[in-house]
Amino acid sequence: MNVVAPAAEKLSAKDFASDQEVRWCPGCGDYAILKSVQRSLADLGARPDNTVFVSGIGCAARFPYYMSTYGFHTIHGRAPAIATGIKLANPDLDVWVVSGDGDALSIGGNHLLHLVRRNINVQFLLFNNEIYGLTKGQYSPTSRIGTRSPSTPQGSIEAPVTAIQFALGAGGRFVARSADTLQKHLPDVLRRAYEHKGCSFVEILQNCIVYNDGAFDGYTDRSVAADAQLHVEHGKPLLFGKDRNRGLRLDPKNLCLEVVTVGENGVSAADILVHDETNRVLAGMLAAMETPMPVALGVLYCNPAPAYEIELREQGEAARAKSPSADLNALLRKGHTWTV
Amino acid sequence: MTTNSAIRLEGEKTARQTLESAVVRFAGDSGDGMQLTGSQFTQATALAGNDLATFPDFPAEIRAPAGTTFGVSSFQINFGSRDIKTAGDTLDVLVAMNPAALKVELRNLKAGGLLVVDSGSFNERNLRKAGYDGNPLEDGSLAKYRLIEIDVSALTLEAVKATGLSNKEALRCKNMWTLGLIYWVYDRDRQATIDELKQKFAKRPELAEANIAALNAGHAFGETAEMPDGFGGFVIGRAPIAPGLYRTVSGGEALSWGLVAGARLAGLKLFMGSYPITPASPLLHVLSNLRQFGVTTFQAEDEIAAICSAIGASYAGALGVTSSSGPGVALKGEAIGLAITTELPLVIVNSQRAGPSTGLPTKTEQSDLYQAVYGRNGDAPLAVVASRSPADCFDTAIEAVRLATKYMTPVILLTDGYIANAAEPWLIPDVDAIEPFPVTFRTDPEGFHPFLRDPKTMARVWALPGTPGLMHRIGGLEKDHESGNISYDPTNHQRMTDARRNKIEGIANDIPLQTVEVGGTSGRMAVVGWGSTYGPINRAVENARQEGLDVAHIHLRHIWPLPRNLGDLLKGYEKVLVPEMNTGQLLTVLRSEYLVPAEGLNKVSGQPFRIAEIQAAIRARLQG
Repeated sequence: MNVVAPAAEKLSAKDFASDQEVRWCPGCGDYAILKSVQRSLADLGARPDNTVFVSGIGCAARFPYYMSTYGFHTIHGRAPAIATGIKLANPDLDVWVVSGDGDALSIGGNHLLHLVRRNINVQFLLFNNEIYGLTKGQYSPTSRIGTRSPSTPQGSIEAPVTAIQFALGAGGRFVARSADTLQKHLPDVLRRAYEHKGCSFVEILQNCIVYNDGAFDGYTDRSVAADAQLHVEHGKPLLFGKDRNRGLRLDPKNLCLEVVTVGENGVSAADILVHDETNRVLAGMLAAMETPMPVALGVLYCNPAPAYEIELREQGEAARAKSPSADLNALLRKGHTWTV
Repeated sequence: MTTNSAIRLEGEKTARQTLESAVVRFAGDSGDGMQLTGSQFTQATALAGNDLATFPDFPAEIRAPAGTTFGVSSFQINFGSRDIKTAGDTLDVLVAMNPAALKVELRNLKAGGLLVVDSGSFNERNLRKAGYDGNPLEDGSLAKYRLIEIDVSALTLEAVKATGLSNKEALRCKNMWTLGLIYWVYDRDRQATIDELKQKFAKRPELAEANIAALNAGHAFGETAEMPDGFGGFVIGRAPIAPGLYRTVSGGEALSWGLVAGARLAGLKLFMGSYPITPASPLLHVLSNLRQFGVTTFQAEDEIAAICSAIGASYAGALGVTSSSGPGVALKGEAIGLAITTELPLVIVNSQRAGPSTGLPTKTEQSDLYQAVYGRNGDAPLAVVASRSPADCFDTAIEAVRLATKYMTPVILLTDGYIANAAEPWLIPDVDAIEPFPVTFRTDPEGFHPFLRDPKTMARVWALPGTPGLMHRIGGLEKDHESGNISYDPTNHQRMTDARRNKIEGIANDIPLQTVEVGGTSGRMAVVGWGSTYGPINRAVENARQEGLDVAHIHLRHIWPLPRNLGDLLKGYEKVLVPEMNTGQLLTVLRSEYLVPAEGLNKVSGQPFRIAEIQAAIRARLQG
C-alpha cells in the first residue's frame, strides 16, 4: 500500500535528523546513540518515509522526535504493542522501537516478552542505563543490588534482570549488545539488526551522566576496555584482551565458561571456543557472564525464524484464495434463512 | 404421568390450543447442552414464522460440579404470533433436566405452567446436591403446575441403543430427546435440527444418528404418550413481520459483520486486537473466521496490548478495533487517551457485564456508561454509541466506524452480555445499498501539518507512514496545534483541549435528531432508556398506554454526544423516568446536561428488566 518513492539519492546522517532541538542532558549517552542510528540508517539506504520510530516513556522515548522519519511517542511500556499493530497493518514499514530499562523491563516487560516471542520484524533498541532518569533517579529493574536512589536510600535489595538473558529466555532469534561509546561497534550491530528478518533485540549500555554516571566504566573506560570487553564474531575465536591472548574455554566438568590465556598453563589457540551465533546455549552462557568475566558485546545469537506478520499475512492470503469473492451479502445470507 | 382426567378416554388428547405467544426456558446442568437445545429451538421457531427473542443464562464455571445449583445453565425464548420485544417475564414452560435446575428456575414458572422434568435425574444424590430435603416430585409441592415427569434418561438410552454408543455418550443425547418433545408441544419442524446434527457430527456419524434418534423419540413420545389433562400441545401462528429474507442473528455475529461492513464502507482493512474476556470473546471468534474479508485478528497478551495494537494499526492505515468487557476497558483507559490525543480512529467495543471488578462475568448489566463517557484521565472526550438488541449491533457497529473515521476519534460501542449472546430474527440488509463513507488519506506534502483540521468536522488529517514527504511525529505529550511537535505553551494546551472537546460536541450535528419510539413528543411522562432495556421499556410503555396512561418511550442510540434536541424534548414532559441496569448512570448524565428532574428505575440483579416491573413503575408514578 505504500507509495514507492522515486529512486532516492544517497542520504546522509543529517537527512535523518529532524528540526527539533535535542533536549537530553549535556553529556548523555543518548546523543551518541542518536548519531549512530542516524548514520547507520543513511549507510543502510533506509528511506525516511518508510521508517517508523516508536517509543514509550522515558528519556530514551524522546528519540522519535529527533528523527526525520515517522515517529510515534506512545505510552509507558506499550511501544512493543503499538509497533506490533503497525507491522501487522503494514508489514512493509521498517519499524524501530526505542526503549529504556524501566520502559522495556519494568512497566513494559510483558509486552517485550511477547514482541520477542512472536518474532515481530522490528528492531528493538533497549537503552540500558540501570536507572530511572526522567523521574529523577530511582533504581530500575536493571540496577545492581545495593543501588542507592531516592526510593532506595539504604540500597536496592532486588536482583537485577539481565536484558539479553531476558530476550534469549523469551525465545529471541536475534540478541545483541553494544554500548553508547562504541561508535564503530554500535553501527555494525545496528546493521545486523536491520538486516535480520524477525525481532532484533539490541541492548545498548548507555551512560546516564546525571543519575548513574560511570555505571559502565568498569567495561567502557579506555584503561580497562580491552580486558573487560569481549567482542564476539560469528566463526571467530572468543578472544579478548590487549594482546588478544585471553579467551574463553569450556570447562566441561563444571559446564561453564572459563577465562584462559593462550600460551599459559598449556592452553593453546585450539582450546578457545569459536563463536557460533546460531548456538543458543553458547549465547546463554555469554549473556550470563559477570565481572570478573568480560562483558560480551556483538551479536550473541542470530538464528532466523519466520516473522509473525509474514505468517499472518500468508494465512490471510490463504483465506482469501479459498474464498476469492468474499461477498459480504453472501456471508449474511449463509446458513438458515427464511422468507416472510 | 401424574394426573388423569376421568372424562377423557384413556390416552386421548385434546386439540392443539392456539396461543399468541409463549415463554419457554430450558434448564439443566452445564454439561446438559441447554444452550445448543435453546439455539436449535430458536431456529425452528424462526423458521415457523414466529417473532422471537432469546436469553441465554449460563454460569461462569466452564464445568461446574454436576448437579449443583450454581452449575445450572438455562436458555429462555419468548416467541409468538405478535411482535416480541423481550425474552419474556414469566415462564409458560419450564424444562428442568435435574433437581438443581428445578430449584433455581421454578420461581419463574407461572401457576398452571407446563413443567417438564427428567424424573430419572431425581435421585437422592442429585436432590441432596440441589439442596432438597425430600423429593418435590412426590411431596405435592408442584401441584399448581402441569407436571410432565418423564424418565428422559431411560427413554434416551432406549432410543439410541441401536447406535451402540456407551452409556455416557448416549446420555449426552438427553437434550435432543427433550427438544424433540418440546418440538411436539409447539408443533415445530425437526428437519433443520436434523440437518444441523448431521453437519455438526459429520466426522462421527454415529453421534449424529444417536442425537437424531433421540430427537425423533422425544417427538414420538409427545405424539403417542398420555399427557396430563389430555394436554395436546399448542399452536402459535406466524407473526406479522415485514417481508423479506430473514435469519436469526446473535449480537456477537451482528456486531462482527457490522464492523466488517463499516470498514468496507470506509474503504479500510479491519484490524481487531483483543484479549479473551467473558462475554466479549464471541466477537474475536467470529472475526477470526473472516480473514477472507481483509480482516486481521490479533489475540494480544493483555488488554493493554490489545488496544495498543489496534492504535498502531490505525496509525498505519487500518481501522483499529478492540473489544472487551468492563474490567478490560478499565485497563485500556490510558491507551484510549493516547488515541484521543493523537486523534486516530478506533472502535472500542464494551460488552458490559455486572461489576465492579470481576463482578458477575456472565450476568448482564449496563453499568459502564460513566466509564465510557467520563472514565479517563484528563479532559478526554470521545463518542459513545449503544446497541439495543442483537440485530441492532449491525447498525451501531457501522455508525461507530463512520464516526471514528470521519472524526478521527475513538468511539466506544456499548453492548452487553445479554445482547452479545442473545439472538433474534433479522431482516437481512443489502450491504451494497448502504451509503459508503470512504476515508481520504493525506498524500500532498504541500502545506502539510499532522494537525491540520477539516474546517467542518474538525478532524485532523490522516497521514500514513510510508507516504513520501509527510514524515511527522505524534505522541501522548501535548502537541502544537499545527506541527504536532511537543508544546508546553499554555495557550496551545487550551486551544488543543478546546479543539478536542468541540470536535466531539460537533458530532451532535451529524447524528439524527432524537425521536420518540412510542407516544407523543410531550406529555405526562417520558421513559428514557438505552442499550438492551429497549425491549422491556418499549413493551411496558405500550401496555401502559393501552391502560390509558400518557407516557412515551425515548430510546438513545447516541450516548455521547447526545442528540442536540434531547434537552428540549425532555423538557416537554412532566416526568422523566430512566430505567437502567445500574444505579443511575444515564440518569446522572441527563440531569447534569439538561437540569431535568429525571428519576431512576434501577436494577442490578444480573437479570434483564421484566416488562411488569417497568409497567408498575410507570403506573406508580403517574397514578400515585
